[in-house]
Amino acid sequence: METLNQLAHGFSIAFTPVNLMWCLLGTTLGTAIGVLPGLGPALTIALLLPITYQVAPEASFILFAGIYYGAMYGGSTTSILLNTPGESATIVTALEGNRMARSGRGGAALATSAIGSFVAGTIGTLGVAFLAPIVVKFALAFGPAEYFSLMVLAFITVSAVLGSSSVRGLTSLFAGFVIGMIGVDLQTGQPRFTFGMGELLDGVDVIIVAVGLFAVGETLYMASRRYAGKDEIVPLKGSLYMTAAEWGRSWKAWLRGAAIGFPIGAMPAGGAEIPTFLSYAIEKKLSKHKEEFGTVGAIEGVAGPEAANNASAAGVLVPMLTLGLPTSATAAIMLSAFQSYGINPGPLLLTTQANLVWGLIASLFIANVILVILNLPLIGLWVRLLKIPAPQLYAGILVFATVGTYGISQSPIDLVILYLLGAAGFLMRRFDFPTAPVIIGMILGPLAETQFRRAMTISNGDWSVFYTHKLSLTLLTLAFIGLAGPHIWAFIEHRRRRGPENVPGDA
Amino acid sequence: MSTSDQQAPPRRLAMPELLIGIGLLACAAAVAWQTLAIPVSPLYSKVGPTVFPYLTMTGMLVLSLLLIVAALRGGWQPEEEKETPTDWKAMGFVAAGLVANLLLIHPLGFTAASVIMFVLICYGFGSKHPLRDALLGLILALAAYFGFARALGVNIGAGFIENQLNSVINAIIGMARG
Repeated sequence: METLNQLAHGFSIAFTPVNLMWCLLGTTLGTAIGVLPGLGPALTIALLLPITYQVAPEASFILFAGIYYGAMYGGSTTSILLNTPGESATIVTALEGNRMARSGRGGAALATSAIGSFVAGTIGTLGVAFLAPIVVKFALAFGPAEYFSLMVLAFITVSAVLGSSSVRGLTSLFAGFVIGMIGVDLQTGQPRFTFGMGELLDGVDVIIVAVGLFAVGETLYMASRRYAGKDEIVPLKGSLYMTAAEWGRSWKAWLRGAAIGFPIGAMPAGGAEIPTFLSYAIEKKLSKHKEEFGTVGAIEGVAGPEAANNASAAGVLVPMLTLGLPTSATAAIMLSAFQSYGINPGPLLLTTQANLVWGLIASLFIANVILVILNLPLIGLWVRLLKIPAPQLYAGILVFATVGTYGISQSPIDLVILYLLGAAGFLMRRFDFPTAPVIIGMILGPLAETQFRRAMTISNGDWSVFYTHKLSLTLLTLAFIGLAGPHIWAFIEHRRRRGPENVPGDA
Repeated sequence: MSTSDQQAPPRRLAMPELLIGIGLLACAAAVAWQTLAIPVSPLYSKVGPTVFPYLTMTGMLVLSLLLIVAALRGGWQPEEEKETPTDWKAMGFVAAGLVANLLLIHPLGFTAASVIMFVLICYGFGSKHPLRDALLGLILALAAYFGFARALGVNIGAGFIENQLNSVINAIIGMARG
């Protein structure tokens, strides 16, 4: 009941004309950047961070959340019609969705993905509203040692467990740590990693890092690969209305996808890859139309993963709002927006910033309604956006990137750092290093350090606090299993199959 | 690690990956150098500002060694990436656009520098209409400038074009207010 009252209060905030306008702006912008290849929610929110100096926290978070949700809807349109997944979360949607579009059922694919996103997004947002207060009760028992161990677990899952290689994921994470440590140490006032440059005393702004990795790096990468095959836009054929049979095949997949996506997103692991792939595998197994998978495209294979993607995007907000623990690049940048307001997300956020949190959650429900309208009747508009030619698109992205970076302090040094990070981002993209752990590392690293030092101060420098507290030990054990488990498993499998001569060589 | 009489085909050393590993090793060294430069007050002897940097350095050291080992065993580059030749000319024009922007943003202002960058990047990506691109770049740069500078209250480099337009806009606002 408490939650329903709070939610009603939240709607009274979200339904003010000004906040509705921010929601509409955010969802429209989010859909647009989701549709456009090369632009994502993390980059867009980073570029818009200066807005936090201008408007109330409610307004900017409603805007950011609209962009976050909108990008999920828009991304699936690109996956279905262009077969170039804008984000890793929509890779699975492209598998069946693009095949459906090629066999003339693009309309149904777009419809099931938009309505599925709406259903799962609404379920996921309900999940946030009801789960967040429960997690808060649990989190109030956390001391600094537990927080630190929880962050270690999150570090391991976002960098080592997800993605193709734990070594490369961790490398990205540690690079993020180094960037996060640049500047004055807040506890002792000592400058760190400034190389004697006064410009670095304030640290490197997350805007520069996000823009460097996601805009400059991506543009250089796309330029370097002009010889690679080009994707064609599949013209939108078939009506947007689904037949009764298609509804029948979709709705169960939506619910299953939401049931898989939300819990995984809400765990301190995050990431949309695992739930989308899991949902795809389950739908393929349960489907009565297995022959359509991989040939003409099966509608369950779009409905399930799309629902899982949106539900997990909602789930990510639970650890973000209740523990201050971002598990995706977008969530990390939203966390830095909280910091820019001087708000510390954590268990107390729901009580101290009730207006902000419940207004935000209520606006997410509204965003879902706006998005399903934007993405079904107005789909033709977004398809036209896909036709923007690559040269002008990437050149335009870099013009906005420059505004966002140069606007921070009008310092050419910032542009130099931006280009260096862009070169690093290009190499990372080319050699398969994930970029999200860099952002998570730079935002969450300093917070982990603070908790670590706090725990050590309380314990008088005794390291045992991290393993004598039961909860902390459990979290660290889970982190260790996440890191070492797959390697030990592979080693055992390897020995069993090939005998003891071969040593597993995968780094 | 493995004996030479193994029949598995010898995997070739991967040069680019090796360089990345060595580069990361150099970064770890730079982290060590900068950590040593942090002055530590004896008051903070328990967990001072250097504990985390040292942990980070150790992690980077281990990771760079693992990357170097992986490179010596043939690297990890996906096949698809290896087969696609790098378009150095396109990258060169994009890089030239970025550098031009850096050098010109102060003397010429944001808009003019952006137009030059826009045209160079479009050309790099294969656009054959530099004049049309320049016009498009101008519209976009002005939109970005006024969107950011005026709406978000962010101050970005104003040059000749921006100053002229700003004074025109201020004059119109002044007239409207009477």
